[in-house]
Amino acid sequence: MMNALGEPQSLGVLGGTSQIALAVTAKLCDGRTRTVVLAGRDPSALEAAQTSAREAGATHVRTLGLDALDTDSHQATVDAMFAEGDLDVALLAFGVLGDQLAAEADPDLAVNVAQVNYVAAVSLGLRVATAMRRQGHGTLVVLSSVAGERARRSNFVYGSSKAGLDAFAQGLGDSLRGTGVRVIIIRPGFVRTRMTTGLPDAPMSVNAADVAAAVEKALVGSKDIVWVPAGLRVVMSGLRHLPRPVFRRLKI
Amino acid sequence: MPAELDPDLIGGWGRTALTAGYVRRGVRAEQVPEILSDSSLFPDRGVVARGLGRSYGDPAQNAGGLVLDMTALDKVISFDGQTGTVHTEAGVSLDTLARVLLPTGWFLPVTPGTRQVTVGGAIAADVHGKNHHRDGSFGRYVTRFGLATADGTVREVSPETEPALFWATTGGMGLTGVMLDATIRLIPVQTSSMLVDTVRAADLDQLLVALEQADHHRYSVAWLDCLARGRHMGRGVVTSGEHATHDQVPVAGPTSRSFAPRAFVGAPSWVPTGLLNRASIAAFNQAWYRKTPRSRNDELQGIGAFFHPLDGVRSWNRLYGPRGLLQYQCVVPDEGSLRAVLDRISTAQAPSFLTVLKRLGPGTPGPLSFPRPGWTLTLDFPVETPGLSGLLDGLDRIVAGSGGALYLAKDSRMAPDLLAATYPRLAEWSELRDRVDPHRRLRSDQSRRLSL
Ligand SMILES: Cc1cc2nc3c(=O)[nH]c(=O)nc-3n(C[C@H](O)[C@H](O)[C@H](O)COP(=O)(O)OP(=O)(O)OC[C@H]3O[C@@H](n4cnc5c(N)ncnc54)[C@H](O)[C@@H]3O)c2cc1C
Ligand SMILES: NC(=O)c1ccc[n+]([C@@H]2O[C@H](COP(=O)([O-])OP(=O)(O)OC[C@H]3O[C@@H](n4cnc5c(N)ncnc54)[C@H](OP(=O)(O)O)[C@@H]3O)[C@@H](O)[C@H]2O)c1
Repeated sequence: MMNALGEPQSLGVLGGTSQIALAVTAKLCDGRTRTVVLAGRDPSALEAAQTSAREAGATHVRTLGLDALDTDSHQATVDAMFAEGDLDVALLAFGVLGDQLAAEADPDLAVNVAQVNYVAAVSLGLRVATAMRRQGHGTLVVLSSVAGERARRSNFVYGSSKAGLDAFAQGLGDSLRGTGVRVIIIRPGFVRTRMTTGLPDAPMSVNAADVAAAVEKALVGSKDIVWVPAGLRVVMSGLRHLPRPVFRRLKI
Repeated sequence: MPAELDPDLIGGWGRTALTAGYVRRGVRAEQVPEILSDSSLFPDRGVVARGLGRSYGDPAQNAGGLVLDMTALDKVISFDGQTGTVHTEAGVSLDTLARVLLPTGWFLPVTPGTRQVTVGGAIAADVHGKNHHRDGSFGRYVTRFGLATADGTVREVSPETEPALFWATTGGMGLTGVMLDATIRLIPVQTSSMLVDTVRAADLDQLLVALEQADHHRYSVAWLDCLARGRHMGRGVVTSGEHATHDQVPVAGPTSRSFAPRAFVGAPSWVPTGLLNRASIAAFNQAWYRKTPRSRNDELQGIGAFFHPLDGVRSWNRLYGPRGLLQYQCVVPDEGSLRAVLDRISTAQAPSFLTVLKRLGPGTPGPLSFPRPGWTLTLDFPVETPGLSGLLDGLDRIVAGSGGALYLAKDSRMAPDLLAATYPRLAEWSELRDRVDPHRRLRSDQSRRLSL
């Protein structure tokens, strides 16, 4: 159970090998978290994630297979996640950045981004919400992105998939009011992880550990939408209201 | 049942960690055994009793499961004015009992800081009051209770006939069964007034001396300013009191025992985060200290003002805003550990709105009962106090190292291993519980959190 200070005892991760997820897992295991369920698609990376969760202090760690693209398998995955007891927090971390120019040339690549980042998140998010409603408590943490705040010319396939995810998560959170289940939306800017390796460092970039710290803080706080770093909120509200012709010409 | 009932979002008095459970209101005593033994009802989430929800944390809630609201069991069944015993249903509040009993010249043997608790809740937490150093905790005055257990029977339980079950239930936080009724021994009083002495102490040394000197009074307690630093650390006010006799009150006679308090002001229903912060709490604590005269003797106070000053403000817990408040109550056996605890709080400048220090006497035989000889310190923190988690973990280590413990009726954050480390007879309790509830029919959020 989550305690009064928003410290969970158990954590389930969808996309357990994501570098941000690894940092969140380590951070929470440094606190009260002892039970961790990691769902992912790469068995050897999952193995490594399991070891690092143990080293961080988890005592009960399990891994599960997860293929975001195979929505038919999602119910079984979520059932298996919750099979051995309540989960106080579920982290929805899987995602792909994709290659914008390649995706424009080959729409199948764009479809893949949309399916992983949006369709799979809808499928799994709803199933996790149902499992948490049944247990009467729980927090779903969704890794959205600033890219979803306003789709950019240079990145609109990914951006639009995160915009869909973000809108979905907001509505889901509203629908769960009064059920004991909460949805927290994390909107990081540029995070230095595998996903962004090779890309030039953007302004206000952060590390996975910064995202983890923001997640931990959000669990005790009352804000359901969290920007990382926090200053991005102001920046993005400025960008959001720029006239389109100006926004289009920005080199971002 | 989920089909007929909608879940309610419920929490403890601290309003933290709210979860959704199915609250069954208006339950009758004869329905309780059926509900407990019908394992098709909430098979894996279980059942817990809830009194008036005055525990601060999560013992009286059950996420995804059934919560039996016991307050409909509100009958005072019989009263024996000869022996001073009262037989009541378990959902009767101590407030009701005080109102009914005081005019007859009898009073509750133990009174916690609020009257808004049920008899069932008072036994389940084995509550203590300002007279603990002399008179012990509530369980000592319970002569028997009726306990509905998971197998669907109602057992007649007394310290003589079923000592193990009696003491596992007293302080057992609702996890051995649901109490339906209880019989309690009362204490005689001549009036409904208290004769109160107040002493101000400029630092911790003075405060501890004043509290020890107050030991000969039936009731004693100290309030202290946890933000005072350095040589002022531990400054505070000690109050002690006795029940006033006929000749100590102006108008003796039956009216001198009248008791009809009212909650007159309510806290606003919504309050922004951060209303209670370090600055406002520091100002309040200083003002309280300064307004107290250096010492004052034999002041007449009503029972409400003396025992339950907070009951005058309805829903005062809402002043802590949407994230709620956390109460930390520990007992440590020795003065050195108490100093270490206070020192950390004062150094961290963690603002506690009300900080209360009290001496505890010998405990009851309840394996999970909290009181044990020493000092008990109670602190109220806004949940969003920066660094609170680390501070309290540090205090836990001092408490555990000293042979002390945290109070389950207040706890909302401890880790399971701390419980095992500080309640050495936990295994004995678990064994008894395994016998009386092998399938864990009785569950609460607290029992899940503490693997209890
Ligand atoms: C302002 C304030 C001051 C307080 N001061 C003190 C104090 O000085 N000393 C002290 O000891 N405590 C104090 N308390 C704590 C309070 O006395 C206890 O938490 C008490 O248990 C609350 O009773 P309740 O009826 O509200 O029970 P709840 O909070 O509803 O439930 C508490 C526990 O009792 C169990 N329970 C309730 N009814 C039954 C039943 N019929 N059968 C089986 N189990 C049952 C529940 O399952 C739960 O585990 C204070 C609380 C407040 C809010
Ligand atoms: N890095 C950033 O700058 C940034 C900024 C904002 C938001 N985010 C979001 O944060 C989340 C985590 O990203 P990250 O930075 O930690 O990158 P990451 O390490 O690349 O993590 C992405 C994860 O998604 C998994 N995944 C991708 N496709 C999958 C599929 N079909 N089925 C199952 N799992 C799949 C990957 O699994 P494999 O290991 O098997 O590939 C990987 O674990 C993502 O949602 C990302 O969009 C990142």
